[in-house]
Amino acid sequence: MATIWIDGVSYEADPSRNLLAVILELGFDLPYFCWHPALGSIGACRQCAITQFRGEDDHQGQVVMACMTPAAEGARVSIDHASAATLRKSVIEWLMVSHPHDCPVCDEGGECHLQDMTVMAGHTYRRSRLPKRTYISQDLGPLIGHEMNRCIQCYRCVRFYREYAGGHDLQAMGTRDRIYFGRYQDGPLESEFAGNLVEICPTGVFTDKTQARHYTRKWDLQTAPSICTHCGVGCNINPGERYGALRRVRARYHGAVNGYFLCDRGRYGYEFESSDRRIRVPLAPRGEQNQAEELSVQAAVTRVAKILTSSRRVIGVGSPRATIESNYALQRLVGADGFFHAACAEEHRSSLAALDALREGPSRSPALREIERCDAVVVLGEDLTQSAPMMALAIRQAALAIPRSVAERQGIPPWHDAAIRESVQSARGPVFLLSPAPTKLDDLATRVYRKTPRAIAAAGQAIARALDPQVPALAGDEMDRAGIEEIARALTVAERPLVVAGSGTASEAVINAAANLAWATSAAREDDRAAELAYALPWANSAGLSLLGGAPLDEALAAAERGEVDAAIILESDLDRIAGPGPAERFLGQVRHAVVLDHIAHPTAARADVVLPAATFAEGHGHLVNSEGRAQRQMAVFSPDEPIRESWRWLREAMMLAGYDEADSWTGAEAIAEAAARDHPALARLPDAQLSADFRLGGAKVARAPHRYSGRAAAKLHLNVLEPTPPRDNDSPLEFSMEGSPVLPPGKIETTFWAPGWSSPQALTRFQEEIDGPLRGGDPGVRLIEPAGEPFAYRDVALSAPSPELAPTPVVAAFGSEELSALAPGIAALAPRAFLELNPRDAASLGLADDDVVSVRARGASARLSVRLEPGRAQGTAGIPLGLEDIPVALSFAGELITGS
Amino acid sequence: MVFVLRSLWVVLQHMFRKRETYRYPEEKAPLPPRWRGRIVLARDPDGGERCVACYLCAVSCPVDCIALQATEDDQGRRYPDWFRINFSRCIYCGLCEEACPTYAIQLIPDYEMSEYRRDKLVYEKEHLLIEGPGKYPHYNFYREAGVSVGVKDPGESREEEPPVDIRSLLP
Amino acid sequence: MTTGGQIVVIIMIMGGALSLAAGLIWVERRLLGLWQDRYGPNRVGPFGILQPLADAIKLLFKEDWSPPFADRSVFLIAPAVIFATALLSLAVVPVAPGIGVVAEWNVGLLFFLAMASLGAYSVILGGWASNSKYSLLGGLRAAAQMLSYEVFMGLSLAGVVVLAGSFSLAEIVRAQADLWYVVPQFLGFVVFLIAGLAETRRLPFDLPESETELIAGFHTEYSGMSFGLFFVGEYIGIITISALITTFFLGGWHGPLLPPLVWFLLKTLVLIAVFVLFRAAMPRPRFDQLMAWGWKILLPITLINLLVTGAVVALP
Repeated sequence: MATIWIDGVSYEADPSRNLLAVILELGFDLPYFCWHPALGSIGACRQCAITQFRGEDDHQGQVVMACMTPAAEGARVSIDHASAATLRKSVIEWLMVSHPHDCPVCDEGGECHLQDMTVMAGHTYRRSRLPKRTYISQDLGPLIGHEMNRCIQCYRCVRFYREYAGGHDLQAMGTRDRIYFGRYQDGPLESEFAGNLVEICPTGVFTDKTQARHYTRKWDLQTAPSICTHCGVGCNINPGERYGALRRVRARYHGAVNGYFLCDRGRYGYEFESSDRRIRVPLAPRGEQNQAEELSVQAAVTRVAKILTSSRRVIGVGSPRATIESNYALQRLVGADGFFHAACAEEHRSSLAALDALREGPSRSPALREIERCDAVVVLGEDLTQSAPMMALAIRQAALAIPRSVAERQGIPPWHDAAIRESVQSARGPVFLLSPAPTKLDDLATRVYRKTPRAIAAAGQAIARALDPQVPALAGDEMDRAGIEEIARALTVAERPLVVAGSGTASEAVINAAANLAWATSAAREDDRAAELAYALPWANSAGLSLLGGAPLDEALAAAERGEVDAAIILESDLDRIAGPGPAERFLGQVRHAVVLDHIAHPTAARADVVLPAATFAEGHGHLVNSEGRAQRQMAVFSPDEPIRESWRWLREAMMLAGYDEADSWTGAEAIAEAAARDHPALARLPDAQLSADFRLGGAKVARAPHRYSGRAAAKLHLNVLEPTPPRDNDSPLEFSMEGSPVLPPGKIETTFWAPGWSSPQALTRFQEEIDGPLRGGDPGVRLIEPAGEPFAYRDVALSAPSPELAPTPVVAAFGSEELSALAPGIAALAPRAFLELNPRDAASLGLADDDVVSVRARGASARLSVRLEPGRAQGTAGIPLGLEDIPVALSFAGELITGS
Repeated sequence: MVFVLRSLWVVLQHMFRKRETYRYPEEKAPLPPRWRGRIVLARDPDGGERCVACYLCAVSCPVDCIALQATEDDQGRRYPDWFRINFSRCIYCGLCEEACPTYAIQLIPDYEMSEYRRDKLVYEKEHLLIEGPGKYPHYNFYREAGVSVGVKDPGESREEEPPVDIRSLLP
Repeated sequence: MTTGGQIVVIIMIMGGALSLAAGLIWVERRLLGLWQDRYGPNRVGPFGILQPLADAIKLLFKEDWSPPFADRSVFLIAPAVIFATALLSLAVVPVAPGIGVVAEWNVGLLFFLAMASLGAYSVILGGWASNSKYSLLGGLRAAAQMLSYEVFMGLSLAGVVVLAGSFSLAEIVRAQADLWYVVPQFLGFVVFLIAGLAETRRLPFDLPESETELIAGFHTEYSGMSFGLFFVGEYIGIITISALITTFFLGGWHGPLLPPLVWFLLKTLVLIAVFVLFRAAMPRPRFDQLMAWGWKILLPITLINLLVTGAVVALP
């Protein structure tokens, strides 16, 4: 720790940081633009000027940029000194010379960093009478709005987009005062992380286009800590609600998981919540004369209870996108042997294998921020940019770990971004990709191998064997020795090696091979540490569902086929989408009664006896377990209109009516989470994921809405002139209104992230324990899975027999593969059309050409897909998109091509 | 003692003064043009809605009696989808008018809006929107702003240069 | 006088006082309006004369709510006490020769003073029984104020009694046939007027209810008709005090040309108008000023007055 002097007062500071970070951390206000904790300093905007003195007797000092000056021992600086303060005021005045008079119609207004900084620097009136510079803005697609006139040329956007997120199609163009940030022509931004520009941009150049249709200011949004439901990474989000509908989703800082950012699937997928397909009342889809009939709550629950009491064997289909609580309630209702997962066999096996591997061996599953610090990465099979985008972003940072450490050995401080870039140039740390098809991470990979899933597993095993001869040998290893040695060596010498795999290859063998590879590193390394092991599981609660246990959907279908099932309760899943319309219809025909609980209408729901409207992630409470094995709590953002409620509450009501006494004790979200924790040792720490409902600050709960929430004496008055009292929330320490404790709550339940003078997302520095550190009072969530350590037994990698058939491999699309986000109009517009991707040679041998239509079939489901040739795809694989245009998931994992006819 | 008598005498003299009271409703008080009464939404000189749904009136309202929802037309012009003022809560403080960046929301010299039912005091946009520009006849926000939204092309606002040519390399 | 005639007189005086009190509500508001350059109530009936009726109907239909924290029985009795004592005081007033309830009673003056003292209880009990801080403070102020000013009130009348040689009010009036006591007893008159203001808790001495600081003081918690009783009680108090000043100092029914009853009413009404004028003109003093005034100025004045009067009468 170094002692520094700010305006004559001494403070302890971390000398590895720059003065701007230290000053912000100490709670001072100092305006800045180009600095960002994730991007580092480049000293471009000249806004964070402070005066530095040579010693105690120096009263004149010199102006320096705080972000470019280390917090060295004995540094004496002044924030308030006239020379720096005047410069800051002048700089903002120059920046504002051409800033348009847009604030009222600008979506950034009210949370604009530029507004905050203008006020902070003291620039009040525009003295300039010069005409303002203008630009022609671009159409950047359905997600992001572009208004270049507002730009202040801080370069944050290109630094994030190109250097941090690896995008290519956003550039700084032009010279002089004509600098332009945009694409070379109109068109959607290609990066999956483009949405972060909305938060990165200090003003309103990049805005959230989905929000513009139902625009609401930050101060009017009711928010609560929540978890993204669109993939298994479990990023923290802050959804905002107004007038009973979600208005936007913003990244919610988590010191260990997603940091500052979010992928576009997570950011823009929220609009499914107000989709036309929402189920809002209980329905009997096959009522009188097969007409859909709305039911009262009472009638619906009675019908379900009657089905429960009159059926001999009831099974339940749990969902990887439903919460632990809902799945647990269903599991208790149908019993452990009647509980199935809404996942096809391959996906189910992959998830179980991944969890077993994380629990049995010595390898720890790293959180995203830990992945960023790994310095050698091997990815087996998974296209992370599409299936778990934020994990890909973390690996992009990991690829810089070694080049950065080289720069640091040259004496460059870690925050000095410009110098580090200069030192790093195009060097990227060892990243090895083994995949069936090109991925967006290929550009940073040290080596890319295109292989079939079977060969990837074999290669993984071969590398593991090169590290530890005890790993059993496998036939079918096609990898050259040099390549194996290279990867093995990288894993051995690295400080923090990492092995990544996922369920995206539809191969349990790849999962197991990744585990063996990670574990085997411990044998070769001097420190005996095993590599870290990260799995990308497909859905938000895949891990949680697997921890509860249960059989795959295929077995439920088989049981129904055998006539063993009288009734099925289907939780938040569309069986048509998983098994295909044919098998799903057959299944629903074989069970006498079916009950569906879901937020959105789908073909399976249309064939059920009773459909119950389930709360979405924004409307209810619950826990999700992410791929890392971290349980995280979703808190209801708003109280939905009656009768929408969490699935487990519907189940509880039906169970109580049907005489399942156990359900009585599930009096609230916390009670059922505690029951699940008692019943499942793996979930024992579940209730620790968030503060409990009896948490109070000065005797009060915490408000969901900001203190300046407007319009509550008018918002609902067209319905009833008597202003309604806000709904109560007995399940969390939050209140559904702006009434709450005036004391700042712990970061994990902070809702608004606003501090005096800081209205923009940059206010976050006020809520972190240290810059880039955990939230004040600790990050939320709790890890449920820890490695068992030594001794361990290598996992059995069972390769399928070699076959002349093309191996089906799912092609995951960040936009479209996930069921709920695909309903959001913005995401839907960017989702690719369904296709069948083949290597041109495979296609030629099958006599297929581009755009030929081929039938694909698996387990009774089928689809017709048009061929797309991809020279980069590994020979012997057929890429079948996951979930696009309602292609049954089973086809992506097990589809066979029907050719020749 | 004398001062008491003097006060009494001074007050007593008021018996012969003219009375200040206006005998409303037969006789109406003349109101100054900036009198703060009923709230209206004005139009710009082109006849378009002035309100850009920026929510500043709602947030400045000390009794939270203004609620609205912003939306956009296909040109990107922002306007309120609906706009509601609960006059049974309104205290006619004028802060909304003060906050309005486009002169859309204006308080006018009209106070005769009593109702027997509270719900009739909840005014929707169709009750609030007037045909003219109200107190500020010449202001047109979209002619000053940087956004185009179909009102003008980029660079055509007052005091704007034509759009820069980003391909130019001239110094 | 026959018993029947006596009953008629009682009813006349009571009814007259009550309807006068009701009318006073209108008179006071109109007069205040007049002196404050406005109209006052002018909408209900001709010149707004029916305003008291409208007010009474309103009060009757209002919920007569007693707070759950109040001492209920005392709370309900308190307004009745002031109403009754103020009305009973009128019994000793001779409105015209031979007309009066017990005008000839030889302890009439003492009876009036007794009733005035009893009236203090009403306000004190009302304030105390309300069990709220404003009411209690109002009650406390009323106790101190009314007890203090009662002393000077009694002493200021001593001079009159000395001059008239009787406690009977009719006797006192008859003794003023030649000279109204306002002349020899000017100091007594002034003190009695001030003490009368204080006893009726009229502005400027309405500290027990002072709206600006104590909301409504002792009757903060009262509503409906029990508030109405306090209200009417106050007006009857004004009438009583005005009638008594007329009796003690302004020669009662004496006067040329007009019949005695008219003279009496005329003098009383002018005094009532003076009461209203005080309200229109005078600001409220601080409570310590009120007490200091009473004990440091009024008490010496009355004692001197009594001394001088006694000396003058005793000297041959």
